[in-house]
Amino acid sequence: MLRYLARKLFIYLLTFIVAVTIDWAIPRFMPGNPVDALVSRIAMMPDANAALTSYFMAAFNLDQPLWQQYFNFWKALFNGDLGRSIMLFPTPVTTLIGRALPYTLGLLLPSILLSWYVGNMVGALAARRKILDNTVLPLGYLLTATPYMWLGILLAWLLGSVLGWFPLAFGYDQALKAEWTWRFFGSLVFHWVLPFASLFLVALGGWAIGMRNMIIYELESDYANYLQALGAPARLVRKYAFRNAMLPQITGLALQLGAVVGGALATEIVFSYPGLGWLVLSGIQNQDYFVIQGVFLFIIVGVLLANLIVDIVYVVVDPRTRVGLQGDAA
Amino acid sequence: MTSTDSAAPAAAGKTHGNEFLYFASRNTKLVIGTVVFVLFLLAAIFGPMLAAYQPMTFDAPPGLPPSAEHWFGTTLFGQDVFSQFVHGLRSSFIVGALGGITAAAIGMFVGFFAGYRGGLVDEVLNMLTNVVLVIPTFAVLLVVAAYLSVRGLGTEALFIGLTSWPWAARAIRAQTFSLTSRDFVDMARLNGEGTFRIIFGQIAPNMSSYLVMTFILLFGGAILTAAMLDFIGLGPTDGISLGLMMNYSVMNAALQLGMWWWFVPPGLAITGIVGSLYVMNVGLDEVFNPKLRAL
Amino acid sequence: MLAVSDLRIHYRTLSGSVKALDGVSFSVADGEIMGLAGESGCGKSTLGKALIRLEERMQYVGGEVSLDGAALPIADDRAMVPHRFRKISIVPQYAMSALNPTRRIGRMIDELLDSRGIRGATLRPELERRLAILGLAPDVLGMYPIELSGGMKQRVVMVLSTLLDPSLLIADEVTSALDVASQKKVAGALVEFRDRGFVKSMIVVTHDLAILAQIADSILIMYAGKLAEKAPTRTIIEAPAHPYTRLLLGSLPEVGIRFEERRLPGIKGRPPSLLAPPQGCRFRDRCPLAFDKCAVEPPFVEIAPGHQVACWKADAHAEG
Ligand SMILES: Nc1ncnc2c1ncn2[C@@H]1O[C@H](COP(=O)(O)OP(=O)(O)OP(=O)(O)O)[C@@H](O)[C@H]1O
Ligand code: SF4
Ligand SMILES: [Mg+2]
Repeated sequence: MLRYLARKLFIYLLTFIVAVTIDWAIPRFMPGNPVDALVSRIAMMPDANAALTSYFMAAFNLDQPLWQQYFNFWKALFNGDLGRSIMLFPTPVTTLIGRALPYTLGLLLPSILLSWYVGNMVGALAARRKILDNTVLPLGYLLTATPYMWLGILLAWLLGSVLGWFPLAFGYDQALKAEWTWRFFGSLVFHWVLPFASLFLVALGGWAIGMRNMIIYELESDYANYLQALGAPARLVRKYAFRNAMLPQITGLALQLGAVVGGALATEIVFSYPGLGWLVLSGIQNQDYFVIQGVFLFIIVGVLLANLIVDIVYVVVDPRTRVGLQGDAA
Repeated sequence: MTSTDSAAPAAAGKTHGNEFLYFASRNTKLVIGTVVFVLFLLAAIFGPMLAAYQPMTFDAPPGLPPSAEHWFGTTLFGQDVFSQFVHGLRSSFIVGALGGITAAAIGMFVGFFAGYRGGLVDEVLNMLTNVVLVIPTFAVLLVVAAYLSVRGLGTEALFIGLTSWPWAARAIRAQTFSLTSRDFVDMARLNGEGTFRIIFGQIAPNMSSYLVMTFILLFGGAILTAAMLDFIGLGPTDGISLGLMMNYSVMNAALQLGMWWWFVPPGLAITGIVGSLYVMNVGLDEVFNPKLRAL
Repeated sequence: MLAVSDLRIHYRTLSGSVKALDGVSFSVADGEIMGLAGESGCGKSTLGKALIRLEERMQYVGGEVSLDGAALPIADDRAMVPHRFRKISIVPQYAMSALNPTRRIGRMIDELLDSRGIRGATLRPELERRLAILGLAPDVLGMYPIELSGGMKQRVVMVLSTLLDPSLLIADEVTSALDVASQKKVAGALVEFRDRGFVKSMIVVTHDLAILAQIADSILIMYAGKLAEKAPTRTIIEAPAHPYTRLLLGSLPEVGIRFEERRLPGIKGRPPSLLAPPQGCRFRDRCPLAFDKCAVEPPFVEIAPGHQVACWKADAHAEG
């Protein structure tokens, strides 16, 4: 069990190092050397002195040897220094991310967990009933094939624009002040519904199909056949099949995270929702590269942490990882 | 039951290729998926020739709903949506194909060698696969694309391919692993054939159906990813794409103005293409895998 | 006492019905261990499975089965439930993977017994005693299947399958995946289980005629979905009447090595497709003795007491 986790941890660590290196290297070695332009642009801004003392800026200082720059980059990272935004100079990138993060997490966590849970239930039911199967399967494939943002656009158009049930844009009513009143909270929820629904629905299709296929696979497995040969009732067989089919779905949850995060970014853009996706979009439009890089690192760290949590959960639910002989293939 | 009974003798005597066609033509999922896919493909190939307008020129009245003159209406700036649509379709297919090929090539290379060679090669390649697998590749694409000031379809496809191969490599590795212990591979090895010849002469042909299905999924995945990148504004800087169409429509208040003809076609096309690929894949699985040819 | 008459089971596939059992009749007496042998794909497992539970794709086409004088409703999945495990049981060909990988073995057994209305605790001492007979410590009940070796899993399944003292046990390839030493042990265990009365009679499916020679009272040879020959073990080994049996015996390699993996050197060609089996004797294509009359299907008839054969030349051989 410890070996299993240690191995995973090693991979995550390696991934983290690779990701940070990419993050450092890309602007450095891109054609046209965008960093030059960036550093000189910042140097000309007011308050530039403060900015240039930042470790992060040092990490991009071309006067120094490469290894020194690389080292500075890591040092900046450990100091929680991701540089300063250009569009909102001199706000530190971390501050911007900190502001956007609650919105993104508020979308992501419920949609991931709920779609996973509901999708598994629907898939398990579909595996039992032919009629349900014939509707769930095509619908599931349709949903997984839908680009996140398009479903968002459709929902926004139909429920927001045409029917006027939900607001089309922003995280809360712009006329309200962001303070902890019931009205504000209600407005938050109200604006949250549509982006959440589009993320939830697209992901739901994938989970339902996955669960349905896994259960059918498990029901045809040897142990299920043996139990049935010994007269075990369908109830027991299905209980085992469901439990065993959950395991790959848990692993799948970790693997799917990256894609869902991408979907969340796109969905936020549809709804002008003030999360990381919106931040990235403004970063792109304003060529605010440090913001983009910062969000990138944040996503990496978040996804790796989530992966680790999933792994720990997996160890708890799959006895095979605990007896230490063989775990999941990863 | 009676229908399959009477059909049986016809199938029994046929050769392998014919047998595939026989079952393929009887698989509704495969047939529906293929028809939808081919329809979109034809639209992508011939649509641009049919389009009476240029995709990016502003030579029509703005904001027109669909009409005989402008089949899919016009944008807020007076561009012909149909023309944008068919050109965008074309980009989608190109990105899907190039991205899919790149990913399949890497996935096959890594999967074959890891599975066939085993040992240290496997260990290293497996590590690489796992790292790329857990990295949220979308985020990587984001930074890379953001720093590229000039982006073409090819670059986009290449980067998508470079980041989407790990699951394919893993699946191919597992298949290769099980094939490597078979007689015919042993024979080839005893005959002193080289690794490359064994892999591409013996192993690959024996999992060709599997490779086809893997490619189909990679193709669909590349189209989806490209649409997402384009939508965020990191797509090709020259020309039009389906994702870009959605981006323009959302950024220019098509939702508020109710200009559904601007944003419905591109999303519908992507869903249709990718959905048809998925359904094709399920159908192919049933055709290739005799165990699934139930009833 | 098991009696099977004219049993027909087909597999439904897209390319048509695979006639895996095409009119099979035989009986197994109380206390008898009947060996069942034949080339791969001839329908041995299908026969074993048909007697206890038809899988999704298996289609009952005809025939009767009775066990201890009462008819077995094999075509009726529901009605078979009370018989399963209690009266008729199976050690499947896939015994190595027959245990739920994510349950501790003891708990899985308890849950299974519980679902059949039996308190697991009451049988626990007997369960442990029988495990001990096969050389397994009671600890295995606290383990997950993955912690056991293949042979151990096999033995656990044997114990579990026979725990309710069924009248008939079908043991499908229980020795195949094991090394020679374990094969001997498992084969011995089968006999011991019969002798101790844990099971009344047994059908032992195997490719390994050498094992059957040691433990079986009688042997039934199948070919392409039909019966070829049934006789007491001694007769089959010393005076086989069917040309197929003789070739099988002749092509038998050293003890313990199955002929499944190598092509039968003595028998050229392959068995016919069961999708559209040929008219007449199914062995005709490969039979060295085939003659005109073989275009008509030979009946499965008794040529001596307890010795049945389906071959037009059988009489001549038994004598000669
Ligand atoms: N699920 C299935 N669907 C279709 N045909 C099947 C299925 N299972 C078995 N068959 C066919 O039925 C025939 C008998 O199979 P069976 O498993 O009974 O053979 P067997 O004698 O047990 O072989 P082995 O020695 O390999 O275990 C074979 O021709 C096989 O191809
Ligand atoms: S009936 Fe004819 S073909 Fe069949 S086994 Fe006997 S001699 Fe051979
Ligand atoms: Mg068998």
